Amino acid sequence: MKVRKALTGNEAMAEAMRQINPDVIAAYPITPQTEIVQLFSNFVADGKVDTEFVTVESEHSAMSATIGASAAGSRAMTATSSQGMAYMWEVLYIAASMRLPIVMPLVNRALSGPINIHCDHSDAYGARDSGWIQLWAENAQEAYDNLIQAVRIAEHSEVTLPVMVNMDGFIISHGLEIMEAEDDDTIRNFIGVRKPVYHLLNEKEPITMGPLDLQDFYFEHKKQQADAMARSADVIREISKEWKDLTGRSYDMLEEYRMEDAEIAIVALGSTCGTAKVAIDQLREQGVKAGLVKIRVFRPFPKEEIAKALAHTKAVAVMDRAESFADFGGPLFRDVRASLYECDSRPKTISYIYGLGGRDVTLDTITQVYADLQRLVKGEQVPMLNHLGVRD
Amino acid sequence: MADNKKIKPNATAKEIPMAGIITTPGNAKEFKTGDWKTRVPVHIEENCINCLICWVYCPDNAIEVKDGKMVGINLDICKGCGICHNVCPTKIKSIVMKNPD
Repeated sequence: MKVRKALTGNEAMAEAMRQINPDVIAAYPITPQTEIVQLFSNFVADGKVDTEFVTVESEHSAMSATIGASAAGSRAMTATSSQGMAYMWEVLYIAASMRLPIVMPLVNRALSGPINIHCDHSDAYGARDSGWIQLWAENAQEAYDNLIQAVRIAEHSEVTLPVMVNMDGFIISHGLEIMEAEDDDTIRNFIGVRKPVYHLLNEKEPITMGPLDLQDFYFEHKKQQADAMARSADVIREISKEWKDLTGRSYDMLEEYRMEDAEIAIVALGSTCGTAKVAIDQLREQGVKAGLVKIRVFRPFPKEEIAKALAHTKAVAVMDRAESFADFGGPLFRDVRASLYECDSRPKTISYIYGLGGRDVTLDTITQVYADLQRLVKGEQVPMLNHLGVRD
Repeated sequence: MADNKKIKPNATAKEIPMAGIITTPGNAKEFKTGDWKTRVPVHIEENCINCLICWVYCPDNAIEVKDGKMVGINLDICKGCGICHNVCPTKIKSIVMKNPD
C-alpha cells in the first residue's frame, strides 16, 4: 500500500535504501549526502535492515569495499557527493569495468575550488565517461523511484553495470516535499534477489576477477562494456514500464513537457526542470509556445529521443549546471547539439552554463532564457555560449 | 561456463567472459613466460663444476638439478635474463647466452 509522506530528498533516498535492504553498504559522510548515510546507520543500529555497514576512512575505500562486496556476489551500495566522488574517481572505472551492479546515490554538489558545498553538476559530469549509467531526478519522488529502479537496471543480465542516481544537493536533498512511498513488500518483490552470473564466493566455479588485460583483449572488454551500455537503454525502458504498472508513476529516457507544438524549448537535468515547468505554464498563458525536455538518463545518452523531441522546434537552449572549460558550452549542450546533426531541419541550439555553486535558479532566470529564445526565433543575435545571470 | 584454455587469441568480444574474468583457475602454469626471451642460455656440461651458484641466483627457478648436479635449464620459464651466465664462476663460462634459433 502506498503511503504519502513528507520527506526531504535525503530521507527519501535513505527510505529507498532501507526498503532495498542491501547486503553491504560501505560509505563515508560528505555534505550534502551525509544525512543518507547517517539515517541508514540508524536503520542498521535499530535492526531495521540486515545490512553489513562498513564505516570506512575515505571515499576511495568506500567504493573499493563496495566493489569487493559486489564482486563477492552481494547487493552492495554506497553514496557520496562532490569531492567524495572525485576521490573515488579511479575506482569508479574499476566498478564499471568489472561489471559490478553497484547502485550509488550521488547528491550533486559543486567541485572545489573555490570550496563550495552547494548544488551543481560538476561531480557527475566528471564521471561522465566512467562507464556508469546516470539517472537524474527532478525531485525527491523521482530520486526515490530512480534509486529502486536502479537496482533492477544494474543487475539485469543484459546490463550488469553500476548506476549513479543523481539528486541536486540541498535543493532536493534538503527540501521537504510530499511524495509517495511504496510499502516494503512491494519494493522487495520488485527488486527480488541478486543473481550474479559470476561471483567470488562460488566455490564450485572458482574465478579470478580484475586481472591484467593487455593489448590482446583490453579492447574487446571495453567493447563489451560499450555494448552493455547500449543495451541498457531498452532495459531502462522495460523496467520503467514495470514500475509504472506497479506504482502509476511514469518514467522513460527523457520527459517531454508541453513539447507537442513547442517552438522554443529548454533541455536540462535535475531540479531546474521543475522550475522550467512552472515558467512554461506561465508563458503558455501568454501564448508563447514553450516546452521542456528533461533528461532522466544522461548515460546512455538518449540521442534518438532527443532528436525526435526537438526536431520540430525553432530554437533550443541547453542548460548545463557545470562549466567544462571547453569554450564550447557544457557536456549536455554538446551531446544535444550532436544528436540534432542528423535531422533534416534542426533548431538553433544555444548553451547556458547556469546555477554554479548553488546559485539560485528562479522563475525569472528561466523566463529570461525563453525570452532569449524568442529573440533568436525573430532573427535577432543571441550568442551561442552564455553564462546565465553571472555578473560580468 | 567458458573455459579460458579454449579462448583463441583472435576471439571476439562476444566469445569471451565479461570483464576479463578468468574462469579456469590455476592456468598460470599453462602460460609459457619463456616465450619472452631474446637471449637463450646454453649449458656447456664439460666446463660445469656443479657449484649450483646459477641455481641459487636464477630468479625464475629455471635451473634443473638432479642428485646435486646441474642437468639443464627449463626454457619454458627462463626469461633469458643472463644472471646465470654472469654468476657462473668457471674460467671458461659453463652457461653462454646465444640468440634463439
